[in-house]
Amino acid sequence: MSKHIYADHAATTRLSDKALAAMMPYLTECYGNPSSLYRLGGESQKAVDAARMTMQECLNAPRPNDIYFVSGGSEADNWAIRGAAEIGAKKGKKHIISTEFEHHAVLHTLDYLKKQGFEITLLPVHENGIVRPDELEAAIREDTALVTVMFANNEIGTIQPIKELCAVAHKHNVLFHTDAVQAVGTLPIDVQELDVDLLSLSSHKFHGPKGVGALYIRKGLNLPNLIYGGAQERGKRAGTENTAGIVGMATALKEAVGSIPQRTERLTRMRDRLIDGLLKIDRSRVNGDRLHRLPGNVNMCFEGIEGESLLLMLDLKGVSASSGSACTSGSLDPSHVLLALGLPHEIAHGSLRLTFGDDNTEEDIDYILSVVPPIIERLRSMSPLWEKIVMQDRHDNQKEG
Amino acid sequence: MAYSEKVMDHFANPRNVGELTDADGVGEVGNSKCGDIMKMYIKVKDDIITDVSFKTFGCGAAIATSSMATELVKGKSIHDALKLTNKAVMEALDGLPPVKVHCSVLAEQAIKAALSDYYTRQGIDPVPIVGKINEVECHLED
Repeated sequence: MSKHIYADHAATTRLSDKALAAMMPYLTECYGNPSSLYRLGGESQKAVDAARMTMQECLNAPRPNDIYFVSGGSEADNWAIRGAAEIGAKKGKKHIISTEFEHHAVLHTLDYLKKQGFEITLLPVHENGIVRPDELEAAIREDTALVTVMFANNEIGTIQPIKELCAVAHKHNVLFHTDAVQAVGTLPIDVQELDVDLLSLSSHKFHGPKGVGALYIRKGLNLPNLIYGGAQERGKRAGTENTAGIVGMATALKEAVGSIPQRTERLTRMRDRLIDGLLKIDRSRVNGDRLHRLPGNVNMCFEGIEGESLLLMLDLKGVSASSGSACTSGSLDPSHVLLALGLPHEIAHGSLRLTFGDDNTEEDIDYILSVVPPIIERLRSMSPLWEKIVMQDRHDNQKEG
Repeated sequence: MAYSEKVMDHFANPRNVGELTDADGVGEVGNSKCGDIMKMYIKVKDDIITDVSFKTFGCGAAIATSSMATELVKGKSIHDALKLTNKAVMEALDGLPPVKVHCSVLAEQAIKAALSDYYTRQGIDPVPIVGKINEVECHLED
């Protein structure tokens, strides 16, 4: 396979060269345990401290100690939600508000809490994939312990009004968490301006290494400990630090945050050109709001075809992409995100997600625009569902005529 | 999840795709809500399936199993075609990932649905010969 276009940056990203270079010493000669007293340990401790300061600056957190290193986005989400639930439960508050299209790290944590006696309200996300602050306000109750809403959706890339939603929660003295895994490094994020209590992030989404992430915890919020053991992460999340991972994450984040305006401009232009081009295909649609979406996110449905077939055909043409079809999720239901937008099952099965990053070029967009339409035509030519759609159209036209 | 080379070959170069306008039997199984529909067309002469084709809406495995099922019954007697099992389709494809087994079941059912239609057109009740064509459930696992 000669040509290769990676268009799945929402799944994961390539490790940046700078991050790798920064990590190397901690994978080789600087192997000391940060908790050890001798100099070898001290060097590791210094590296972890410096990384924490970098993370603090990138998120504009008040203090380095507001950043807690964890193993990734799912751990951060689990800790934030279960911790906030425990705080609420002590005050007799056992109601949590979230949304229908959260990541499974959030939804499955909420399923667990439901079994523990919590009541869960999932807000609708409407056709445009955006949560409405007035609907959040209406859902808040006396016993609401936490509101958790993702910053940007991982499938359709829609950006939520986090600042407004957080203000609504705080007006009613309710804690606010955001899963910002898809947003950090891509959108400017200032935890003080947003005023959030908890924010989750994952390193490998912004060209950092896998297996590392962070949770921002607002000062004074005494989140229960996640892992008992040593004194790492102020005793809240024990375990010897993943020094190389932490250093790589901080390096990658600094690099990503430093080029947000240029990247946004470039990727938005590429995204919009691709969407406009793909919309020329008969019976295609964009999933989620076109304006309030991540710069590199394209998510479309093509009626009459199934997403996995489209992905396999694209893979044969050298394009790595993703789909919300049931076949690709391992379950037999199409993506809960697309269903939350109100799409019928048969249309949700035919979805395609392409997510772009710094490595992608305008030529990639040209290439994708040249290969997708013939693939869809071919799949439709062999699809009995498409045959039905065409016949129904003919029938409707005759009626009108 | 990875497909075998045979599955990928039958997906990328499916055999016997399209409609047979003068088919002697047409069968369709599956539904759009589940994400797969298979439609099979057969031509029969002197109890032999002289030609067969398919149209499929579905994942890679759905297309590959359709293609393989048509290959397995082409040129065979209708009695042999009735004996086609989903297991035979899977084996001929060097296996399928567990979540895709239902595609091979659909392919077997689609052939049987086409044979049922053939018998019905001949004025013969297909049920005693072919059996009932069951609606394949969306949610087979778990």
